Amino acid sequence: VVAENRYIAEDALALIEVDFEPLPVVVDAEKATQAGAPQLHENAPNNICMDWSCGDQGSTENALASADIVVKQRLINQRLIPNPMEPRGAIAQYLPASAEFTVWLSSQDPHIMRLLMTAFVFGIPETKMRVISPQVGGGFGTKIFLYPEYCLVAALARKLGRPVKWMETRRENYTATTHGRDHITDLEVGARRDGTITALKVRTYANLGGILSTIGPGIPTTLYGRMLSGSYRIPNIYCNVLGVYTNTSMVDAYRGAGRPEATYVVERALDLVARELKMDPVDVRRKNFIPSDAFPYDPVGILAGLKYDSGEYEKPLEKALGMLNYQGFRREQEQARKEGRYLGVGFSTYVEICGVAPSAWVGLPGQGWGAGLWESANVRVHLTGKVIATIGSQPHGQGHETTIAQVVADELGIPVDDVIVQHSDTLSAPFGYGSYGSRSAAVGAVAVYNSLQRIKEKARRLGAHMLEADLEDVVFEDGKVYVKGSPDLAKTIQEIAGAAALGYSLPPGMEPFLDDTAYYDPPNCTFPFGTHIAVVEVEAATGQVKLNRYIAVDDVGRVINPMIVEGQVHGGIAQGVGQALWETAVYDDNGQLLSGTMLDYSLPKAEFFPKFEVDRTETLTQVNPLGVKGAGETGTIASTPAVVNAVMDALSPLGIYHIDMPLTPERVWHAMQSVNGG
Amino acid sequence: MYALDFDYVRAGSVREAIDLLRERHEAKLLAGGHSLIPLLKLRQTSVGTLVDIGRIAELKGIGKPNGVVSIGPLTTHAMLAASPVLPAALREAAGNVGDWQVRNMGTIGGNVSHADPASDHPTVLTALGATFRAARASGTRSISPLEFFTGIFNTALDAQELLTAIEVPVNKKGTGSAYAKMSHPASGYALLGAAAVVALEDGICTEASVALGGLTQKATKAPSVEAALLGKRLDDAAISAAAEAVADDLGGEILGDIHASSGYRRAMAPVFVRRALAQAADRAGQ
Repeated sequence: VVAENRYIAEDALALIEVDFEPLPVVVDAEKATQAGAPQLHENAPNNICMDWSCGDQGSTENALASADIVVKQRLINQRLIPNPMEPRGAIAQYLPASAEFTVWLSSQDPHIMRLLMTAFVFGIPETKMRVISPQVGGGFGTKIFLYPEYCLVAALARKLGRPVKWMETRRENYTATTHGRDHITDLEVGARRDGTITALKVRTYANLGGILSTIGPGIPTTLYGRMLSGSYRIPNIYCNVLGVYTNTSMVDAYRGAGRPEATYVVERALDLVARELKMDPVDVRRKNFIPSDAFPYDPVGILAGLKYDSGEYEKPLEKALGMLNYQGFRREQEQARKEGRYLGVGFSTYVEICGVAPSAWVGLPGQGWGAGLWESANVRVHLTGKVIATIGSQPHGQGHETTIAQVVADELGIPVDDVIVQHSDTLSAPFGYGSYGSRSAAVGAVAVYNSLQRIKEKARRLGAHMLEADLEDVVFEDGKVYVKGSPDLAKTIQEIAGAAALGYSLPPGMEPFLDDTAYYDPPNCTFPFGTHIAVVEVEAATGQVKLNRYIAVDDVGRVINPMIVEGQVHGGIAQGVGQALWETAVYDDNGQLLSGTMLDYSLPKAEFFPKFEVDRTETLTQVNPLGVKGAGETGTIASTPAVVNAVMDALSPLGIYHIDMPLTPERVWHAMQSVNGG
Repeated sequence: MYALDFDYVRAGSVREAIDLLRERHEAKLLAGGHSLIPLLKLRQTSVGTLVDIGRIAELKGIGKPNGVVSIGPLTTHAMLAASPVLPAALREAAGNVGDWQVRNMGTIGGNVSHADPASDHPTVLTALGATFRAARASGTRSISPLEFFTGIFNTALDAQELLTAIEVPVNKKGTGSAYAKMSHPASGYALLGAAAVVALEDGICTEASVALGGLTQKATKAPSVEAALLGKRLDDAAISAAAEAVADDLGGEILGDIHASSGYRRAMAPVFVRRALAQAADRAGQ
């Protein structure tokens, strides 16, 4: 229904009566692959749309067969609803005279949206559509993708000859916007008696929903299977993923996207081995850490050519243990157990993959997503010395405007207030792939940095000309060009920018203006790491889990803006703990979403948390000149297993090894009852 | 989130509100708006005329006439939570409703008239033995909690009737009350709420009233628990034993949802009854 206003549209909708003929449905990914399950698509027998593997199956089977111990566990990584603050929305306008669309979208990647809509949906030249994504109210991944509604809004604007607006309600967001996670995983991990992990075998059913979303299959493969070595030297790894269609909403990237699922498997595996061998989980981690001198590290080929860039995994662990006072906590736990109380501590010594790019890696057909993922920037120093940096990445709450301005101000030696950062408009911004995969600093900011190097070099050449000095004698330092040793006789960047813009006295052959565009495709991804620790108490009478302390020591490489990084870590922890304790998207057997509103879907609230204790170490990456790794997703990636490990540690005197998430009071209470013979 | 068409009129007095309820087609009262407005926006309900009683001053505030505490139905949760004259259980429940914004706008009258089975106030008012005063054109009447709450989202108020006051007993020395609740992590409503009122003489329980909410279509009393308390010294053992007796007061139909099944709620009932009783007994002894 398209109407003059929303009230009329709602009234008209109520007049439409739809006769639905219910067909058999299946919502569980494993059941969907079994004989007799309803078939969703003709071209996907047994609803399997993808059978993907990485690692060495033979060597892994052999290593499991000869391991001292093998622990097997089924792990459910439940489906989540991402819940950005602002749901999706679109406005489209069509000008018949020039046959041009303008589409305003709440999107994480306006250039990609334009490409997909023009090339694959409308069949028109890219130049006939402009996409603008102003002030996006969050995305958490869900706004990377192309949705039918965007195309409908544009098509209706053309058909009706009037602008058309569509805004999703929260209820629609819950059913029509992509969901995240939803893995059923069978894990087998082999180890020697001393705690050395010798093999990891993983079989995962990845529920991809009823139809495929834009990069749905890329998440449980490239960003999941390839990260299953975690921060450990595991000599034999094999992972098989079945991508499965079910009668559920599409599943695609949700903050962390594949790495939270991988980290959950690996960090639970380490704890299960520790429990089996009656070893301290910290000792098992230390025994298996990739040592600092082993970088760049190739995790037995599963990264398809990439290597972990740099790591000092002991450092954040050491720091976090100090913050916790580990020995003190174990004594406190011992005392509490004597009083019948259940205290627990859980660790997650994670590594993840950021700065998602190398086009040759991520784009390789058959291996990856069939797309390049470099990033772009344009820097212009205007006549007055004010700078406009226009970026291809797309902020939706991360503060690119601040971080990028800092990089510009630092490099050019100008006040941060003199820098404006622009983005979001395909008409003015250079083509870029957008913001996700913690790539806006490690890829996007590096494009800005590279542009600035060329701007500085041009400024140095022009400065030398203005100083009537030899080029080899002058330097660019702190926003000034001067002859080495004579900083008092300098030309400022503002003076040089003015001269470049006026252009009447330039060295022979030099173009006017300080303007540069860079396209940056990094040689590798970056691999942040760290240690997260959760301290919990489980209330025996109810099964309620109380989070007493949360400690996070992250190493995200060089930190450009500490407050922004800390904000990212805080929000990420809340979401990750949300998965461990509260959140779950539940379908009934008829495919009805039972957790369809915020009254039923348990989002974390501030009052559920203690004050986060956050610190960091700083291990620079050699991948890019800024030394930055990425900080947007570490919290969601690390925190979920830390909390689950803590609850299992608390319940270890009862012989409880595993409870599937979310660890609601009812689930925990039932587990405690069943071992108590209740 | 767009409501169906309705008329709006603001009532200046109780009399005017009653007249409007009688004259207007499908009229409904608007107080704090925290139950009705969301339902209207979701089109789960519709009204002919919204009669806004929100500014009738005589319906707002807490007074102590004639040996009872009289609560105006427009009294907000925030006002209840801050009032020293109210029983502790009611303050406790009000202080945990929603968030600050909700507590500053939502009213006790709107809350009880909405009669959400998972809401806190009906449970507490049932335990306190509150009196609901109602007015209509033909006169006024008093209603007890067990008569007032008739079922899920249903009360004894008829369509042309207005709640004018809720009366609860004044705090007396030797009497204590408490409310213990297991909150739904998403909605904040009670998966299970237990309210207890006890009176002690020389440490012996002389009066006991216990009510439960969230478990059934409406708040219910727990007579087996009450009987087990009378005449007892309320130590931990006596309280635990009495709390276990709640099993006899729970009928066959316990509510359940994806967060807490009916079996789990049933198992948790004694836990929260015990907590409410222990707190109430402690307060009575002070």
